[in-house]
Amino acid sequence: MLVRPKQGILDPQGEAVQGSLRKLGFDVSRVRVGRVLDVELAANGAEEAREQVERMCADLLANPLIESFEILLEEE
Amino acid sequence: MSERPVVAIVAFPGSNDDRDAAWALGAVGAEPVLVWHEDDELPDETGAVVLPGGFSYGDYLRCGAIASLAPAMDAVGRFAAAGGPVLGICNGFQILCEARLLPGVLRPNRELEFVCRDATVRVESADTLFMRRCEEGQELVIPVKHGEGAWYADDGQFVQLAARGQIVLRYTEDVNGSLGNVAAVVNEAGNVMGLMPHPEHAVDPLLGSADGGLLLAALVDAAAEHRLAVA
Repeated sequence: MLVRPKQGILDPQGEAVQGSLRKLGFDVSRVRVGRVLDVELAANGAEEAREQVERMCADLLANPLIESFEILLEEE
Repeated sequence: MSERPVVAIVAFPGSNDDRDAAWALGAVGAEPVLVWHEDDELPDETGAVVLPGGFSYGDYLRCGAIASLAPAMDAVGRFAAAGGPVLGICNGFQILCEARLLPGVLRPNRELEFVCRDATVRVESADTLFMRRCEEGQELVIPVKHGEGAWYADDGQFVQLAARGQIVLRYTEDVNGSLGNVAAVVNEAGNVMGLMPHPEHAVDPLLGSADGGLLLAALVDAAAEHRLAVA
């Protein structure tokens, strides 16, 4: 899962990183800092896995007030 | 049963103001009882609950997110649903927001700096059990110490909360980037409040201010009343 600060939500961490990148000479116009969660689970197919992960995000892994999430599935 | 009203203080791994809260509540007339996060029941005589400050579960994931799912929080949820007074201080405020017992969320301070100093807050709404010893417009000096105290709600929600008197305290200046300088909010029913300042660190004038004692004493009053109401 990729969990990101929602559009329009101030991200002071991203701003601090942007400042440092500019100091290094990179012409960066915006940085947003989120997090990646790798979750391994057993499920009957991609559909069921996605449904479970969506509930995980809604119940705990992302706060819907301030964060959006994206799910990337990989089969083993 | 003790004559002093019992206030349960829920300690999580990483809580660090639980004993300060116990001391301060004792000083204003309560019988403080520490409850461990794994306990799934509160003591029978509980008249009020305090969720103390600290860094529960190392602030992993988001501040308060892991603690909001602790067994003791199920008990706190039931206690709150039955009208019991619940006060969350600092990390306790973050936990109550993550548990969806309070509106909004606490985010990293805008300047990313840990603020640790006395803050002046103004009473916006005295019409709650927590503020009954204060008056609207009164200014209180209570210390803050947090890295993630910028309260946030979306605009619609914020307007609604303000209209309903659920914004209880505001800083008199910008302390951490909190929306509307909000320092404390209460739930719609009026029995669950969270605040970032630490009233338990302001109960003795010798340490700079006793204003926090006004809030804690009000909580102890409410604890006694809640016990009578459910007895």
